[in-house]
Amino acid sequence: MSQLEIKDLHISIGDKPIVKGLNLTIKPGQVHAIMGPNGTGKSTLAKAIAGHPDYAITGGDVLLDGQSVLAMEPDERARAGLFLAFQYPSEIPGVSIANFLRAAVQARLAEGEELDATGYYKRLYAKMDLLKIDRKFTSRAVNDGFSGGEKKRCEILQMAMLEPKMALMDETDSGLDIDALRIVAEGVNSIRAAANPPGILLITHYQRLLDYIVPDHVHVMWDGRIVKSGDKSLALELEAKGYDWVKQELAPATA
Amino acid sequence: MAQISTPAPASVVGSFTREAFDAHLARVAHLPPWWLERQRAAYARFAATPMPPRTNEGWRFSNLSTLTLEGFNLPAPVRFDQLAHRELGVTGAGHLVFANNRLVASQPLDASTADAGIIFDTLQNALLKHGDLVKAHLLAQPSKLGSDKFAALHEAFLEDGAFIYVPKGVTATLPVGVFHYASGPGAAVFPHTLVIAEENSKVTVADFFRSDSQPSTLNPQLGERQFAVGGNDLYAGHGAQATYLAMQDWSRETLSFQFNATVARRDAKVLSLNLHAGARQARHESFSQLSAPGAHSEMLALTVAHGAQEFDQRTLQIHQAPNTSSNLLYKNALLDQAKTIFSGLIVVDPDAQKTDAYQSNRNLMLSDEAEANSLPGLEIQANDVRCTHGATSARIDREQEFYLESRGIRAAQAQELLVFGFFEEVLGRIEHQELHDRLTEIIREKFKT
Repeated sequence: MSQLEIKDLHISIGDKPIVKGLNLTIKPGQVHAIMGPNGTGKSTLAKAIAGHPDYAITGGDVLLDGQSVLAMEPDERARAGLFLAFQYPSEIPGVSIANFLRAAVQARLAEGEELDATGYYKRLYAKMDLLKIDRKFTSRAVNDGFSGGEKKRCEILQMAMLEPKMALMDETDSGLDIDALRIVAEGVNSIRAAANPPGILLITHYQRLLDYIVPDHVHVMWDGRIVKSGDKSLALELEAKGYDWVKQELAPATA
Repeated sequence: MAQISTPAPASVVGSFTREAFDAHLARVAHLPPWWLERQRAAYARFAATPMPPRTNEGWRFSNLSTLTLEGFNLPAPVRFDQLAHRELGVTGAGHLVFANNRLVASQPLDASTADAGIIFDTLQNALLKHGDLVKAHLLAQPSKLGSDKFAALHEAFLEDGAFIYVPKGVTATLPVGVFHYASGPGAAVFPHTLVIAEENSKVTVADFFRSDSQPSTLNPQLGERQFAVGGNDLYAGHGAQATYLAMQDWSRETLSFQFNATVARRDAKVLSLNLHAGARQARHESFSQLSAPGAHSEMLALTVAHGAQEFDQRTLQIHQAPNTSSNLLYKNALLDQAKTIFSGLIVVDPDAQKTDAYQSNRNLMLSDEAEANSLPGLEIQANDVRCTHGATSARIDREQEFYLESRGIRAAQAQELLVFGFFEEVLGRIEHQELHDRLTEIIREKFKT
């Protein structure tokens, strides 16, 4: 079980500071939700932690089990146990889900160690059954022509297969109808219920997702910082009062 | 290994002197006089034709300074057991193995296929036993894409090759494989595969071109300097379905020429796929002639260009009859300082109304130092046609690359996956699973070196 510590993190895109001193610790197996209006730096936070090259970390640190990940390449971070569920997963024509996931699993083996193909498919099919994904899915190209719901289910399938220590889920609820949302949430909850569940950082714009994936902690983000933290009732309060409340009540505290 | 430090003046015959030609003729003296006469005439054409001048549009962007004919030889025979041969991988399929222009091993077709009248034999035997068929189809199309000198050299020095004849209405259930090896320093080889698919027949032929060469002392990855001028004639009669695969994997120091000429008759369907992996400089000229209504030709190519390799591809789709279609898709992946040239032309004759022709060259740039050149072209004399062409060059999509890497896949492996994804549009057209796997394997090996 692993812990993620984000310490006084500053992130810029080009010359523009987006995240301005963010602190957050996710203890083993905990689910934290970050909520906030658009443009406040939520997605930037997730992508920068995963190592996206467009985002520059200008200060602070991100520690996974006490080790800084900032000097690592994105693939090293992933093998160290970080997982980013994308808001907009890339479409990769011509690369089947089976081959893609196989490469990802193979990358985690020691050098020279061969993947046990039978065991791999057995595990893949079990996870797919859990997520109610048709087996024909594996021969389709990654996210190519997928509906919004299929893309998000594909992200959860990858998360289930790769068994990360810490998952950053970026607006996993966006673009989903209620049925798709329920299936995706059930998938996440089954991962939470397994032995050694990952810590999860849920980034969301709406409270709706939190009805299905109940967080241990809720944080409100505004202008690159966390301005208020609480339990799941904070999400309901935010839902009732709207983001204008954040702007008027909470923003001045950080000004 | 001989290294040329300063470019020599373009010699007209280089190593392919009159003495070398006479030595070749002495080895094939048992073949029919008409054929030897053609070889003599071809040698005269070769010797009289200058090296391509820089002003020749058919050589635009090509590196002419490295087109030297010096330092090659007609190689001595090698034994089959000296070759690092890999099988076709299709159980029961017939194959012929040539090394240094001679047959060194073969597996005939099984008896039932032979009973159906399919002929799978050497060109020499075909010249002796089926002279009229060979005469009608062997090198029957004139060179039109700029390499007349090298095409003449091929015809002059052609010693042996494969002959595949499928009679009317017969389906060859298994593909046949033809392997061509070049062995030894300076080896010059002239492989040829002639495919005749008669009315309503069906056949798949796979050509493999490989060097059996010692690693170069200067760079172990490059191998020996060799010379290959290969040709393929593919004739598809009325309603025939012919599939032709060519996998070019010569040593990285080889100078290679490869000529494909396809004739598709009424309602014939031809698919050809050229995989280009080997050679230092490889020129490929592919010509499809849609000569009767309903004919269709798919012209596909995949190239993995590494190091300082140059792949020079020239294509011609000629529509001579109404309601014919052709579809060309050439995909190149370029790494390092590699260079590719694609120059394609669609010609539609005045009578060829309702022609549907497509031509596309797509380049995936994996290095800032690589260079892809595209020269698509149309020449349309009919007024009721649909012809489109296009060329694109793009880098790997950074978001796709990040997506793969964010799953723990290392950068090199991510690149390989994206290249295979890029190639899949072409690879996916190969229905035969073993051949599909073999193509994939050659591409994968190229990424390991």
